Amino acid sequence: MTESPDAAGTPPVSRAEFCAIACAEVFRGDGEVMASAFGTAPALGARLARLTFAPDLVLTDGDAALVHGAPALGAPPSTLVLESHMPYRKVFDVVWSGRRNLIMMASQIDRTGNQNISAIGDWVRPKAQLVGVRGAPGNTVNHSTSYWVPNHSTRSFVKQVDVVCGVGYARAAASGAATSRYHEIRHVISNLGVFDFESPGKVMRIRSVHPGVTVDDIIEATGFELVVPHDVAETRIPTPGELDLIRNVLDPRGLRDREVRG
Amino acid sequence: MADKRLSLDDLVGELRSGMTIGIGGWGSRRKPMAAIRALLRSELSDLTVVSYGGPDVGLLCAAGKVKKVVFGFVTLDSIPTDPHFKVARQTGAIEAMEIDEGMFYLGLLAASQRVPFLPTRAGLGSDVLRVNPALRTVTSPYDDAEELVAMPALRLDAALVHVNRADASGSGQILGPDPFFDELFLGAADRRFVTTERIIDTQQFASEGPLHTMCISRLLTDGVVETPGGAHFTACVPDYQRDEEFQKAYVAAASGRDEWAAFEERYLAVDESDYQAATRADAPDRAAPARGGSK
Repeated sequence: MTESPDAAGTPPVSRAEFCAIACAEVFRGDGEVMASAFGTAPALGARLARLTFAPDLVLTDGDAALVHGAPALGAPPSTLVLESHMPYRKVFDVVWSGRRNLIMMASQIDRTGNQNISAIGDWVRPKAQLVGVRGAPGNTVNHSTSYWVPNHSTRSFVKQVDVVCGVGYARAAASGAATSRYHEIRHVISNLGVFDFESPGKVMRIRSVHPGVTVDDIIEATGFELVVPHDVAETRIPTPGELDLIRNVLDPRGLRDREVRG
Repeated sequence: MADKRLSLDDLVGELRSGMTIGIGGWGSRRKPMAAIRALLRSELSDLTVVSYGGPDVGLLCAAGKVKKVVFGFVTLDSIPTDPHFKVARQTGAIEAMEIDEGMFYLGLLAASQRVPFLPTRAGLGSDVLRVNPALRTVTSPYDDAEELVAMPALRLDAALVHVNRADASGSGQILGPDPFFDELFLGAADRRFVTTERIIDTQQFASEGPLHTMCISRLLTDGVVETPGGAHFTACVPDYQRDEEFQKAYVAAASGRDEWAAFEERYLAVDESDYQAATRADAPDRAAPARGGSK
């Protein structure tokens, strides 16, 4: 299902590595913006972009600082070189100024890009209380936001999310100019493929399938109708240099394979 | 200068049932847990809790102290959700005001600055406006005429925060990397209480950390309580990290009635010094709390 080893005997590209390269692509073309990434593949992707095609990206230490360079996943805090103080109160200055590009997770996501991390079922008395809306409402109307869903299924890709936390395209348009002015849902990356909203009605479209996955696999795992282009691309293969960075520099402990298998 | 030192009992004595109480810290980090434990032992009830929520919210829900929670999230950081808060929401035991965490910040800031609201884009287009029908929007009076969310001031009857060091007159020092929104919780409140790992002489602040760590001025405090280990089991760096083992035990104990009764008996039905002794007995390797000033 994955790419064959090359002549030098490099192991085939794993599904998690395709997810990482797809997450890295979210940051292509970004200048000096703060890259925030939740989940292992997004964290790896942001670091990879920083070390390759988006060298001006600004990464965080996951606590209260901006970090120099691109430390490996799980690097001990004492080994990090910090370049600026970034406590939560200042994070809001960055969010509201738009100088940020974010990949966050979604417990549910729907066809127009609404995201839910608050609650499953009726909000008044939910079947399952999740973490809460967090910063999703403010993020999505202030800077580019993408989503990472490591378990693509009809439970996560749903017809309509139960609580709109992150704002999708239809809601942003209906809410008016102040909402849509800085709104952009760039990509949705799952363990099966990459999706965007570059379609006539700004509804979710298959952007690429990860090698080893078919369009039918994706349709079956999705609870709504996706826009399917005539020729569906495959998620691009990491270059040998990118693979080396992933495997030997950024994630030598293989944390990526615990999040997504295969 | 006024001596604002209090005991935990004095602090709880300043609070009343039905109050709106803001709690500093963030998630499972630098929470005023000794004050929360004192609250759990009190007769207080019917509280509205305003918090960047962690186990403070969970424990108060478990004890039936809570009427309503104002929150953007409730998390234990290394564990995504708090089990007691989940149950309280899923059984309909509490009311909820769920808002974007940036709106939350602006609500505290508005209260601190004595203005009725502050405008923001955060919340527009989301269900935050649907589930909080009392929230209003405001149209810019300038040429842009943008319609923004008018985040109302989150006025507090009382605020509780925990800091690394304080002096007897209520100046506070936060030595960890993030002061969170503690200053604003105090600014938004009528009665303002700081608990601290250690009360020191004012002259000692400078040897503990640089000027910008002295971030809570006595303009913002009415009472200060020395509570070594007072953020346990949440993180209070650099004095101590989160007690992950204890936090796991807290979550595990929430899984059954008997388990929770045993947890309550050992850790919550006792006074603060016995709590600290019990947690030290659990983990003899854990450093004694900061009295004496380990760094």
